[in-house]
Amino acid sequence: MNYRAIKAIYTFEMSRFFRTLLQSFLSPVLSTCLYFVVFGTAIGSRMESVDGVDYGAFIVPGLIMLSVMTQSISNASFGIYFPKFIGTVYELLSAPISFLEIVIGYVGAAMTKSLFIGLVILGTAFLFIDLDIQYPIAMILFLLLTCLSFSLLGFIIGIWAGSFEQLNLVPMLVVTPLVFLGGSFYSISMLPPIWQTVTLFNPVVYLISGFRWAFFGQADVAIGISLWAIGFFTLVCLVVIWWIFKTGWRIRT
Amino acid sequence: MPSVVSIQHVSKIFSDGFKALDGVDLEIKDSEILALLGPNGAGKTTLISIICGISSLTTGKIQVGGYDVESQYRKAREMIGLVPQEIALEPFETVMNSIRFSRGLFGKPKNEDYLDEVLKTLSLYDKKNARVITLSGGMKRRLLIAKALAHEPKILFLDEPTAGVDVELRKDMWQTIKKLKRKGVTTILTTHYIEEAEAIADRIGVINKGHILLVEDKVALMARMGKKKIYIDLTKPVIEIPKELSHYSLELIKGGLAFSYTYDTKSERTGITSLLNDLQSAGLKMRDVQTQQSSLEDIFVGLVEEKVK
Ligand SMILES: Nc1ncnc2c1ncn2[C@@H]1O[C@H](COP(=O)(O)OP(=O)(O)OP(=O)(O)O)[C@@H](O)[C@H]1O
Ligand SMILES: [Mg+2]
Repeated sequence: MNYRAIKAIYTFEMSRFFRTLLQSFLSPVLSTCLYFVVFGTAIGSRMESVDGVDYGAFIVPGLIMLSVMTQSISNASFGIYFPKFIGTVYELLSAPISFLEIVIGYVGAAMTKSLFIGLVILGTAFLFIDLDIQYPIAMILFLLLTCLSFSLLGFIIGIWAGSFEQLNLVPMLVVTPLVFLGGSFYSISMLPPIWQTVTLFNPVVYLISGFRWAFFGQADVAIGISLWAIGFFTLVCLVVIWWIFKTGWRIRT
Repeated sequence: MPSVVSIQHVSKIFSDGFKALDGVDLEIKDSEILALLGPNGAGKTTLISIICGISSLTTGKIQVGGYDVESQYRKAREMIGLVPQEIALEPFETVMNSIRFSRGLFGKPKNEDYLDEVLKTLSLYDKKNARVITLSGGMKRRLLIAKALAHEPKILFLDEPTAGVDVELRKDMWQTIKKLKRKGVTTILTTHYIEEAEAIADRIGVINKGHILLVEDKVALMARMGKKKIYIDLTKPVIEIPKELSHYSLELIKGGLAFSYTYDTKSERTGITSLLNDLQSAGLKMRDVQTQQSSLEDIFVGLVEEKVK
């Protein structure tokens, strides 16, 4: 294992993050404040509590998940797409490193960034409401798993993308709807029965539900099923990445 | 001397079906400087990319330092530094961070003194903390070289390293390459400047349309270059070379309407005067006489054209 290479990739990627630290910090804080003002206060005040949880608190896990998922995808996809775009990928390909080291470096950096943003949002939420997290360790683990699986997905998108449009296409057309329809702002039990069934095909439902369980000790789907779902999703991403590097798909001519 | 890079029957067919390399065999010797010449699209970059792991090979086998570039890629690649033809650099990073990254990627421990030294050698030290985007084109190319040297490679591939570099710095760069050679570094460079190959190469390889046409010692090639050709046009065609002239190495060309005579400009007696005298005594009338100096460029162009036919 070439640990120095992993460190080099990770440090290099993180320095991009630190160059834009203020922006990386301010934009999630701002958007969280807006969500709380609009959903938490304006709309939430006219709503009953959801499953015994105050609506303002109820949306916190969904809000964090929404940002963490989109940030993981955009960070990881950009991280590997950019070297391809400007041509510096030659260095990765000619270095004595394996695909595993490349993935750990890039995905690790992308995870760190989105984890940071997730925690910033959580911190901001405390400014608005009293939150009592039931299972803090499980919460962190769920957060990490989400960062990991969506950063892996982002990495795949970054390898696949042949242009900046394509880079934005999947997050926009697939991920954003899945995340919004995945129960970020509502419990799926609020939906008509037929839509409840349809929703169960949305993988994001399991993530948000599991994450919400860690906060409030109750969820739409059983926590065990959530864990299986996220584990399976991570595994699929890993297999796809392994195949990409084995075949050199879209990277090695 | 043992081969440090051994290329055996390597062919490359791109996914669109284009055959860019066709049965290439090439042995690169330890600590030599090999210049690879060839017209645009000859396959130089493709060959280098395959050795360095950027492209995969279709058939054949390549060993670097005795290690197979596919199955033992870590060992093989550790030895190699690559300067690509196209400038590709992370624009917002600093010069120093860029080369630190390269060193780390190749698994080498931190060594700031060495990296400083590399920057000094390439006249980039005063730009150490400048962002890449603020460098000039020639500086960027030198930074690419610095990145390739950052992990102390044993073998250096330079794909047109001096394109866009000014004359003075180009000469500096040649000195750097020669200095590396003294330290035991093997260098393979491609170039479109023939004088560059003449100035620093030990051996010269010519490639065209995916075939290696020639790999030869530069000195031997220069000896061929030191020759001049004289063309003697005759008023009437002859069927064969007259007996009186048989001891000259003449060649009958243009269907008997002309002779060509090759001589060494460096030798004391070129034999031109006696040849012209003997021509007259043989009763042949000259219509015109031309001379031509052969250069590496001619040899190169000649080779490339010959194989196209
Ligand atoms: N990815 C690719 N797919 C298909 N054909 C390619 C690809 N890359 C290169 N080629 C073709 O392979 C041939 C050799 O290209 P290569 O870049 O090796 O040439 P070169 O000798 O380096 O030329 P130059 O002096 O212009 O740099 C060219 O005809 C080129 O069009
Ligand atoms: Mg080229």
